[in-house]
Amino acid sequence: MITAVRKPMAEILGYAAQFDNILLLGCNECVTVCYAGGRKEVGILASALSLAFLKEGKKLAITEHTLERQCDPEFVEELAQTIEQYDAIFSMACGCGVQTLAGRYKDKPVFPMVNTQFMGASERQGVWAERCAGCGDCVLAYTGGICPVARCSKRIFNGPCGGSTKGKCEIDPGVDCAWQLIWDRLKALGRTDLYSQIMPAKDWRTAKDGGPRRIVREDLLS
Amino acid sequence: MIDFQPVIVAFACSYCAYTAADMAGVQGFAYPEGVKIVQVPCSGKVDSLHILRALQKGADGVMVAGCLEGDCHFRNGNRRAAQRVRYVQALLEDVGIGGQRVLMANMSAGQGAVFAATASHFWETIRALGQNPAKLAASRAAA
Ligand code: SF4
Repeated sequence: MITAVRKPMAEILGYAAQFDNILLLGCNECVTVCYAGGRKEVGILASALSLAFLKEGKKLAITEHTLERQCDPEFVEELAQTIEQYDAIFSMACGCGVQTLAGRYKDKPVFPMVNTQFMGASERQGVWAERCAGCGDCVLAYTGGICPVARCSKRIFNGPCGGSTKGKCEIDPGVDCAWQLIWDRLKALGRTDLYSQIMPAKDWRTAKDGGPRRIVREDLLS
Repeated sequence: MIDFQPVIVAFACSYCAYTAADMAGVQGFAYPEGVKIVQVPCSGKVDSLHILRALQKGADGVMVAGCLEGDCHFRNGNRRAAQRVRYVQALLEDVGIGGQRVLMANMSAGQGAVFAATASHFWETIRALGQNPAKLAASRAAA
């Protein structure tokens, strides 16, 4: 999923200061699962914002709503009938949702309420970690299912580097060395032969280095 | 404001604090009538949202009362409740309301005196802090 964390309240209060009537908009997808911008977080932020305003003797009208998905035009269209009544949209979705809103409602200010973090997985309740960097040419088949792009600090393809100590990365003893994990897993799979093969230099054009990416599926076009 | 009578919402776990509140009554330990008890199946059922909504709707303070540490009927609900209380306290600090308006308390079912003393003490603390600024602003606007 795409992970996110709520922005600091001081920043959010700064955005809110100029408005009287906002739509606080959650998203039912990734940000719900990582407790950053789902229906519950919309409620928590609405309460906190409203308390902050009342304390200053001001009033902020906050409409709470959560869309099924903010990154999909068909769900964002839902707002077309009601959007006029709000001064601004405060979006609790990831950057994809914020931009879908901004693209559809061109004269309506949209503010992000979360800092979008990374594509990650849940390690346990309350902990998420980066797992995929979306490089566009997946190598997990050769690396025991552990991603050297997302999980090795240097993104090296023939690791480990000299900084690997007792299975930990030199950047932080709390970070596993991805190449140690790769080796351990290849050993468990009986596929250390994959490790002995030198991986060629990666073509990063399929990743972000090739400019903004898009997917076009001819079979699905309308 | 000398005649300020705080309203406290006390989320009380039915396995301990709720029974303790009952015991306080039976044993004759008084606590202020502004302490309004909401029975919950476990303090771990209390979400950050419940605490914030109570304050948004005008409660002057919120108390979450669970079992003694290590004694949760559902293993660790009281620990999770304490984590949420800390989260809400930090958020309230960030918006200028102050984290002292929320309290986590632990007690066993037999501790009627502890419930009464904790609730009374928290009520006095909130009384000294003054009215929930949100409620104050709302009542000024209405006047
Ligand atoms: S120690 Fe391991 S994870 Fe860290 S940079 Fe070196 S190879 Fe990558």
